[in-house]
Amino acid sequence: MADLVFHPDEVKVVSRRFGLGATNIDRYVELDGYKAVQKALAMEPDAIIAEVKNSGLRGRGGAGFSTGMKWSFVPKQSAKPKYVLCNGDESEPGTCKDRLIFEHDPHSVIEGVMIGALAVGAKSGYIYIRGEYRYLSIIMQKAIRDAYAKGFVGKNIFGSGRDLDIYWHGGAGAYEVGEESALMESLEGKRGIPRIRPPFPAVVGLWGGPTVINNAETLANVPHIILGGADWFAKLGTPKNGGTRLFCLSGNIAKPGVYELPMGYNLRKMIYDVGGGIPNGRELKAVVPGGASCPCLTADEIDVAMDFDSVQKAGSMLGSGGVVVVDDAQCIVKFALRTMKFYQHESCGWCIPCREGTDWLKKTLIRFHAGGGVKKDIDNMQYLAENMLGRTFCPLGDAAAMPTIAFVKKFRKEFEEHLEGRPCPFEKENAAEPVLA
Amino acid sequence: MKFSEEFETRFAEMVPHYPTKRSALVPTLLYAQDEIGFLSDEVIAEIASRLDLTELEVRNVISYYSMLTTKPRGKFNVQVCTNISCMVRGGEELLQHCAKKLGIGHKQTTPDGLFTLEEVECIGACSWAPAAQVNYDFHENLTAEKMDRILDEYRKTGTQ
Ligand SMILES: Cc1cc2nc3c(=O)[nH]c(=O)nc-3n(C[C@H](O)[C@H](O)[C@H](O)COP(=O)(O)O)c2cc1C
Ligand code: SF4
Ligand code: FES
Repeated sequence: MADLVFHPDEVKVVSRRFGLGATNIDRYVELDGYKAVQKALAMEPDAIIAEVKNSGLRGRGGAGFSTGMKWSFVPKQSAKPKYVLCNGDESEPGTCKDRLIFEHDPHSVIEGVMIGALAVGAKSGYIYIRGEYRYLSIIMQKAIRDAYAKGFVGKNIFGSGRDLDIYWHGGAGAYEVGEESALMESLEGKRGIPRIRPPFPAVVGLWGGPTVINNAETLANVPHIILGGADWFAKLGTPKNGGTRLFCLSGNIAKPGVYELPMGYNLRKMIYDVGGGIPNGRELKAVVPGGASCPCLTADEIDVAMDFDSVQKAGSMLGSGGVVVVDDAQCIVKFALRTMKFYQHESCGWCIPCREGTDWLKKTLIRFHAGGGVKKDIDNMQYLAENMLGRTFCPLGDAAAMPTIAFVKKFRKEFEEHLEGRPCPFEKENAAEPVLA
Repeated sequence: MKFSEEFETRFAEMVPHYPTKRSALVPTLLYAQDEIGFLSDEVIAEIASRLDLTELEVRNVISYYSMLTTKPRGKFNVQVCTNISCMVRGGEELLQHCAKKLGIGHKQTTPDGLFTLEEVECIGACSWAPAAQVNYDFHENLTAEKMDRILDEYRKTGTQ
């Protein structure tokens, strides 16, 4: 449904089968599908984990944790059943990539979950898809049914004598449920309130059993690593950042779309070559490099290699791969306000610094943007956000605070231009009035 | 309380997928809502008893998830995203346009019961912004004119 785009710099790994009809299981098999899981069946679990570790694959859900390392934390012996849980909640603003994987290559996710399960000794895997993605749930449910019908999943898979079940699960609208412990609560039929850690899910997860939780794109990479080898995958990217990434270019850019580029691809090139630059004769003002929770980079800060470590060094995060481009016609105060409105809305309310902090920041930004700001507000916003950092029960509080701090610090002048009852200098004529009171 | 055969098959299939019954709750609620239109007292009581939960436990879960509703909605739920990627490409103006065209605001329903309007958070269509969902259908790269045509289409199917 969503349009595909192409660029010669792309390196197709997870998007290799996009547009090739691979939702059909026979077609998927023709395109090397379910070969990797058969190869994995013949491998020792430790060898699978070593391969994934050596590939330099890091979590595509946001935090960029080593996938092989995560798998190695799962205890070998466990009284309770172990599980693999695929996170397809995809709700970080700016991110629309897992959607394409589910739409075009659902079996690659199933295969990734299966290989993960073989590596950690799990007998069941769950694929959680956000409620809004109904058409993708239908595709995934069919893919799972087809895999059972072929005997690839279920009892005695590929005649190996091993049983492995894969199930679909659906959400019903909640960003916070993408947080791994809240995801487990949701799957268990509860409100998505995060759990205290430790114990980490790898030790005590779903229904008390050790659980590996990975993003859909992370898991879709796994079959390619098993078939192509760790070395091949590692060399696609930069040191410690193996492979490619689905970068979702959005915002004020000429050719928005989801492009698969090698890890470490230069951000300036991504915006100007791949994305075709800023349209309408406008200039670049800021980029949010990895989804709404990542601190923005200014137009002077975009000579950065898009891998986890380089973007972190540049003061932001690679996050979930959502690259949101903002031109000079946009008001940063308004952008900060919309970002905060989101976090305030999605805060689960469990802990005070996040619940009250996001609410106060939202209210202050609304007043500030409307021209009712005083100079002290600017420092107060920064101070409050800085004091949320590291003091909330789950990382959503940080996700709300980090971008706010960057907006205030890097665009202080724009905040000052809103002071003393002045109307927003960017407000377009006939600007929309907010529908929400 | 009667659900469709499809619902019953799906429900019967889903419950054994989990070690605890209540795990099936969230998707079951959404499927039930899709059939009945909203989560009525009757639906809540039925699902609670099927999953060995109290009604209060079920309500507690419902209130957490933004797609679940205990109030009736229009036949077509028009959900316009105004989050960042959509906002910088006119998402707010699009929402405003829909509000004017339909004569309703956020979470309101037209008197003929056809449309409900909702401002929503990111729906995963950022690269095809501005975007909206009508029920489960995605509509992307929208303009006011395109939105008009889309709403007219729904109106036509809805009044047939
Ligand atoms: C508030 C919040 C929302 C999140 N949403 C998602 C999400 O939608 N999808 C996802 O894969 N990870 C999300 N994460 C990250 C998960 O907690 C988890 O780290 C990830 O699924 C692990 O998979 P990975 O190691 O493959 O990245 C979110 C984290 C937080 C704190
Ligand atoms: S940080 Fe926010 S989302 Fe996380 S537990 Fe606290 S209130 Fe809930
Ligand atoms: S921001 Fe509108 S769909 Fe993502």
